[in-house]
Amino acid sequence: MNIVVLVKYIPNPEGTPEMGPDHRLKREGVEGALDPGDEHSVEAALQLAGSDGEVTLVTMGPEAAVGALRRGLSMGGHKGVHVLDDSLKGADVLVTARVLAAVVKRQAGFDLVLAGVESTDGYTGTLPMAVAELLDLPNVTFARKVEVADGTLKVERQTEAGYDEVECPLPAVVTVTAGANEPRYPTLKGIMQAKQKPMDTLSVSDLGLSAEDVKATQEVMGLEPVAAKEAGEVIEDPEEAPGRVVEFLTKAKVI
Amino acid sequence: MLHPLFTEEHEQLRRSVRQFVESELAPHAQEWEREGGFPDWVFKRMGDLGFMGVRFPEEYGGQGGDWGHSIVIAEEMARCGSGGVGMAIAVQSEMATPPIFKFGTEAQKQRFLLPAIKGEKIVCLGITEPNAGSDVAGIETTARPDGDGGWVINGRKIFITNGVRADFCVLVTRNDKEAGHHGFSLFLVDTDTPGFEVSRKLDKLGMRSSDTAELVLDDVRVPSEQLLGEQGHGFVEIMWELQGERVIGAAGSIAGGWLVFEKTLAYAKERHAFGRPIGRFQVNRHKFATMATELEAARQLLYDTALAWERGEYPVKQISMVKLYSGLVVNRVMNECLQLWGGMGYATETGIERAWRDSRLLRIGGGTDEIMREIISKTMGL
Ligand SMILES: Cc1cc2nc3c(=O)[nH]c(=O)nc-3n(C[C@H](O)[C@H](O)[C@H](O)COP(=O)(O)OP(=O)(O)OC[C@H]3O[C@@H](n4cnc5c(N)ncnc54)[C@H](O)[C@@H]3O)c2cc1C
Repeated sequence: MNIVVLVKYIPNPEGTPEMGPDHRLKREGVEGALDPGDEHSVEAALQLAGSDGEVTLVTMGPEAAVGALRRGLSMGGHKGVHVLDDSLKGADVLVTARVLAAVVKRQAGFDLVLAGVESTDGYTGTLPMAVAELLDLPNVTFARKVEVADGTLKVERQTEAGYDEVECPLPAVVTVTAGANEPRYPTLKGIMQAKQKPMDTLSVSDLGLSAEDVKATQEVMGLEPVAAKEAGEVIEDPEEAPGRVVEFLTKAKVI
Repeated sequence: MLHPLFTEEHEQLRRSVRQFVESELAPHAQEWEREGGFPDWVFKRMGDLGFMGVRFPEEYGGQGGDWGHSIVIAEEMARCGSGGVGMAIAVQSEMATPPIFKFGTEAQKQRFLLPAIKGEKIVCLGITEPNAGSDVAGIETTARPDGDGGWVINGRKIFITNGVRADFCVLVTRNDKEAGHHGFSLFLVDTDTPGFEVSRKLDKLGMRSSDTAELVLDDVRVPSEQLLGEQGHGFVEIMWELQGERVIGAAGSIAGGWLVFEKTLAYAKERHAFGRPIGRFQVNRHKFATMATELEAARQLLYDTALAWERGEYPVKQISMVKLYSGLVVNRVMNECLQLWGGMGYATETGIERAWRDSRLLRIGGGTDEIMREIISKTMGL
């Protein structure tokens, strides 16, 4: 099995991210790491690939984003592709999807594309679907378990009530939840080996994309903090409670 | 800027170890402190993850790392919230096992070193005795030839970390009283050998999650293949072991000092008295400045010392200085920090009193302050 994993380098996953004057997350010159959510898709890929498969990690981002590839490679991934291009600064979801889809297309004979459900910094949660659409591949989201048997993909798809069993032909794009596995910690050996693994750096033109293709169609106009939640009302008296609840729900036009 | 002891790869390893410690060890720390022990699986898990014995070559279960990697692991173990766990692991991977790697035969490495580094066997190091601690040359445990090419060992050991549950012990004995410093020998002794007994588990002030044993050896017979290193060279061999022990001990303790410092600094910004954060009072602000300066000095001395060793020196005097200074500094820091927390520092829930208790050992174990001063001053022609 040859698997492509889309990975993202995000600023400081444990801390509070900073916003720049352009209302976008500051990504350059800040400490960062492989998105913790992506560790689960890398782990899933390594397990599926087994000993004879190959796991290719793909990222788009500034210079520092190579850190995401390195982390994935030190976990056991085989090679990395980094799309690095100044014109991609401020890329929106669609542009990012075009770029990543273009990279995936170049990976001859890939069987599966894995990604996280959503990034921990942007939380759009739409990128993998856009990539699937651009590649004209089936897309299964929220996988808590991924298996391949007789060339067919079998996924347990997490739902609010439990899970659905989904089957689909390969190749496909699948998003993996944090419940799918426990990602391995890179060992020193893995970290040292990662330094020797092949890593490609590509520009937009290397991918055959035009300036028009990578022009963002979204613009962030402004930012406002979310209003703090007001403290709820606590009704202590059990006699009074049912009436007050009905009153509240009626007022909120729920009943 | 990274100290030259470290590279980007060391920092990547740090991230791995930190994730492991925070997600798999720290959540249990309070329970292990309360129970006075931690489970054996920690050894196995760390062995499986390749976090044990990183400096050893791969064929003995290690990762082919260097001093920087060992220090990274010792530092990150301090985040577990229970000093005893880091100490027990350090005894296993940085104190009892290096002599096997350095002085052992290939067969000994396969039989003792490899399973210890994999975390399949637990190991302890037996130097200290009821009648000899600082004065290592005063030990009374004897090893005498049994007439068949093997040895018979008799004696008592005390304060032996991991000793309650160890599978084998790296034991310091005296094989020839007349020969002075040339009359000591090390042995690898399986704890299930007849005559080997754990006579008690000691209760203690701190490092409570680590077990500390008193051992009795009564006519314990070991074959000659279990003599470690050269007969009669045990004293020099164990002195060599103690150098590495002191470096690793200092690394864990300085890191522990920094953690408590940072936690206290955050508290001093939040906690108000007389209308301002307590950290704003000049007397306290200056305490923070002093603590940070001393911790940083200790850390830099540690890193420089480890780097000197990494580059082939055997910097005994400097190691003794690191051991002495880090113990003093970390004890001062813990004490000042507890004071800054007030009643909350004395209460168990903040973990400050635990760190304060654990840190007291740093000035005693692995050679006391006074012994470090003896070693340092001996180089001065006094
Ligand atoms: C929790 C714990 C874990 C330990 N783990 C191990 C272990 O795994 N293996 C092991 O072998 N040992 C272990 N030890 C023992 C430890 O190394 C000794 O306690 C230490 O070396 C001091 O020896 P002692 O306790 O016999 O003190 P003593 O040697 O009796 O010293 C008592 C006091 O006299 C002072 N003193 C001694 N000589 C001089 C001198 N020449 N000049 C001035 N003052 C002097 C000492 O500094 C000290 O203050 C452990 C100890 C503890 C508490």
